Amino acid sequence: MSIARFWRETPRRYNLGGSKCGNCNTVYFPPRLVCPTCPQHRATIEKMVPFQLSGEGEVVSFTVVQDAAEGFEMQVPYVLALVRTVEGPVLTGQVVDVEPKDVAIGLKVKATFRKLREEGKAGVIHYGYKFTPAAAPASAAGPRGPVEPVRPTEATARDRAVA
Amino acid sequence: MKAGIVSYGAYVPRYRITPTEIGRVWGVDGEGMGQGLNVICKSVPAPDEDTITISTEALRTALIRGAIDPQAIGAIYVGSESHPYAVKPTATVVAQAVGATPNLTAADFEFACKAGTAAIQTCLGMVGAEMIRYGVAIGTDTSQGAPGDALEYSASAGGAALVIGRDRVICRVNRTVSYTTDTPDFWRREGQKYPSHGGRFTGEPAYFRHVTECAKAMMDAVGASPKDYQHVVFHQPNGKFPQRVGRQLGFNDAQMRYGLVTPFIGNTYSGAALIGLANVLDHAGPGERILMVGYGSGAGSDGFDLETTTEIATFDRSFGRPVQEYLDQGVELPYAVYAKFRGKIHMGET
Amino acid sequence: MRDVAVLGVGQTKFGELWDRSFREIGIEAGLQALVDAKLSSADLGGLFLGNMASGSLIDQEHIAPLILDYAGLSGRHLPSVRVEGGGASGALALHQGYLAVASGLYDFVVVGGAEKLTDVPDATAAQITSSAADHEWEVVFGATLPALWALMARRHMHLFGTTREQLASVAVHAHAMGAKNPNAHYRNKLSLEQVMNAGPVAEPLGVFDCAPLSDGAAAVVLGPLETAREHTDTPIKIAASQVACDTLALQHRDDFTTLGSTVVAARRAFQRARRAPADVHVAEVHDAYTISALLALEDLGFVEKGAAGPAFASGRFGPGGTPTVNPSGGLKAQGQPFGAVGVAQVVELVRQLRGEAKERQVSGASLGLAHNVGGTGATSVVTLLERAN
Repeated sequence: MSIARFWRETPRRYNLGGSKCGNCNTVYFPPRLVCPTCPQHRATIEKMVPFQLSGEGEVVSFTVVQDAAEGFEMQVPYVLALVRTVEGPVLTGQVVDVEPKDVAIGLKVKATFRKLREEGKAGVIHYGYKFTPAAAPASAAGPRGPVEPVRPTEATARDRAVA
Repeated sequence: MKAGIVSYGAYVPRYRITPTEIGRVWGVDGEGMGQGLNVICKSVPAPDEDTITISTEALRTALIRGAIDPQAIGAIYVGSESHPYAVKPTATVVAQAVGATPNLTAADFEFACKAGTAAIQTCLGMVGAEMIRYGVAIGTDTSQGAPGDALEYSASAGGAALVIGRDRVICRVNRTVSYTTDTPDFWRREGQKYPSHGGRFTGEPAYFRHVTECAKAMMDAVGASPKDYQHVVFHQPNGKFPQRVGRQLGFNDAQMRYGLVTPFIGNTYSGAALIGLANVLDHAGPGERILMVGYGSGAGSDGFDLETTTEIATFDRSFGRPVQEYLDQGVELPYAVYAKFRGKIHMGET
Repeated sequence: MRDVAVLGVGQTKFGELWDRSFREIGIEAGLQALVDAKLSSADLGGLFLGNMASGSLIDQEHIAPLILDYAGLSGRHLPSVRVEGGGASGALALHQGYLAVASGLYDFVVVGGAEKLTDVPDATAAQITSSAADHEWEVVFGATLPALWALMARRHMHLFGTTREQLASVAVHAHAMGAKNPNAHYRNKLSLEQVMNAGPVAEPLGVFDCAPLSDGAAAVVLGPLETAREHTDTPIKIAASQVACDTLALQHRDDFTTLGSTVVAARRAFQRARRAPADVHVAEVHDAYTISALLALEDLGFVEKGAAGPAFASGRFGPGGTPTVNPSGGLKAQGQPFGAVGVAQVVELVRQLRGEAKERQVSGASLGLAHNVGGTGATSVVTLLERAN
């Protein structure tokens, strides 16, 4: 993939920069020059304004890909999902740091920053958004009060470390 | 000093491997090796993680915790010895990914394991001189030991980001000193995939001499002694060296408790001291004094005399994960998958 | 606008045609169609060629004059135009040919569809064909065509209780039909267990839920209906040819279990022909994946939304069905040479409506529907064909 073609989209791929219709307030990602929703389609051409997505959303559908797209072979099997962001737009992206069996429709996720692919050993590296489960692991549940962690013994630490 | 830490964030990848598993492959008593190093397991980055992604995650956490406008950042310095590019900065990608571009300066630092602490000093100078409002110092590595080498039992991945500023400082930096010599204990030549080291030479003349001398110089400079500190954080290439140097200097286990993270995640190189500090800040209340001494092969140590302020009491740590979670949790990999993730398997050309 | 008829058809075998080049298969199908239409090349007005990705697959763009040339027609300097719409390229070319004849600008045109997928490795072919999806916002993030259809399948299962078995029944049906088609890529039967136990591609879709990557070409000759009997005893009228489009990326749709383009193209086609889904005897629907066929049957109006799984599994769309679906074996068994698919569907329907489909003949068929999809539904083409009386 040409360097410029990827590079010009970095504000979107790195930071989820979308756009919002100044007329109907619908949010789009990637950004659009004209609102597909407004009845006054043409009148929105100058009214699309930049809008930042939070990266929070939930899984609308997902698949576990075994036959990888080019450049994703090392990650097989990987989870690819449609994620509906809290602002509205749906994004296609990987869900990482999760076991495929733990992914379900409705899973809350948040955006993370990862390598998308490398142009061979000597080429540029492309980065962008993926998603991880939003819920903190069970041990982090609940409000953080004054924490008094017990330093684990090596035996229990081992159990916990690989839990 | 006018400048201090206004926010921080840490990130450690999800995967782990144990010395026992590594030793199983090389026919070595891995369990014994782990006990000798005081490393229970080490972190492993996923195939889609590198110093750039880890640095970005750590800094995003720091910016949200501190409610810091990325556009107010005047400098980002990323210290690492595993920058994904030999030429092309890690820091520019991180700056773009957190929304700090274009009105800032950015650069990559390399000083073996102390590139992150060197970045802190640079930021302190620039923020203190009011050249910039916020400076970001990041220490991150996805370090590699050659397969079968002793380093493989500890070399891991992780990083932390500190935001240095003048307002709403949660941890003051009272003073910083450094101790630097030309000591070739550990290196990686241009074009080499794995580092080389001087074996036992990395101990006394390198790590112990520099850390000890720097710690003493730091305490002398501020007229302090070990009993004045609630916490101490050393660079920690394994779990043993920092404990030994700490005891030699007169610190007890309670002071070292939170600053020592390597036993649970391995040696994160440029990230090690900063993640240890992040763990201390996760637990510290106002008015707690911290001695941090980084170490980088080649060789040098940076010492910091730090003290938490009343601001830390109201500092919102709720965003992102506390370091303790990274120490407690992970998904263990067998060596073969670890080797695949780390690019240790020779793949056919397509 | 005047009525348009299909006067002749031609098609190569579909499959792995190792010893045959792109230009050879393209010409074979076209010449067959010309002969079938008893048409002198002197009467031809032009050629429309459906093809998705010759530039990436065989390093050759500008293929429309190439095929014209090797068909021996370049001396007359006829217009020859390539049409591209992903997997719907063939039916889109047919639409262009239909417009050309209906308008009166040309009297007779050849519409061809051809694709040569086996001159690149499988993984490369998969990557090239995935460019029918949105490269910048889907493929870059790890999406493949089967993965995107799998997202629709999972959603359909979630909303309507569609089962893995029901999906598999589509592939079983396709292979049963394809076994009777001498041009089919696959002529072996499959059991439900074989489909369900096949290796995963993008869960819930497995290897046998996906149509193969095939080489092949198909062609038809179109002309005015009013003079059609000079060429054939059984002219087949194009009762409707309708194209509808949608967002390129699946993620931008309101509904992930409906192809809006198919719904609208079908509605327009039935309106134009003054017919209804219940009138259709035989349908060739775009079953690139098992889920694609289920969505198609719903979106074309043959069953209610969500009901295609149980309907299909019950055998409602088998021989004698209402309608009989994919007697050719569909993309799944007859094969999937992308640009040729939409034209091959019409070739099969013409044979069915003429009563020439031999052992796979749908008895008494007089109205047929072809449904051709590009990508994940950014383009749908619905063609209604009817035996002229």
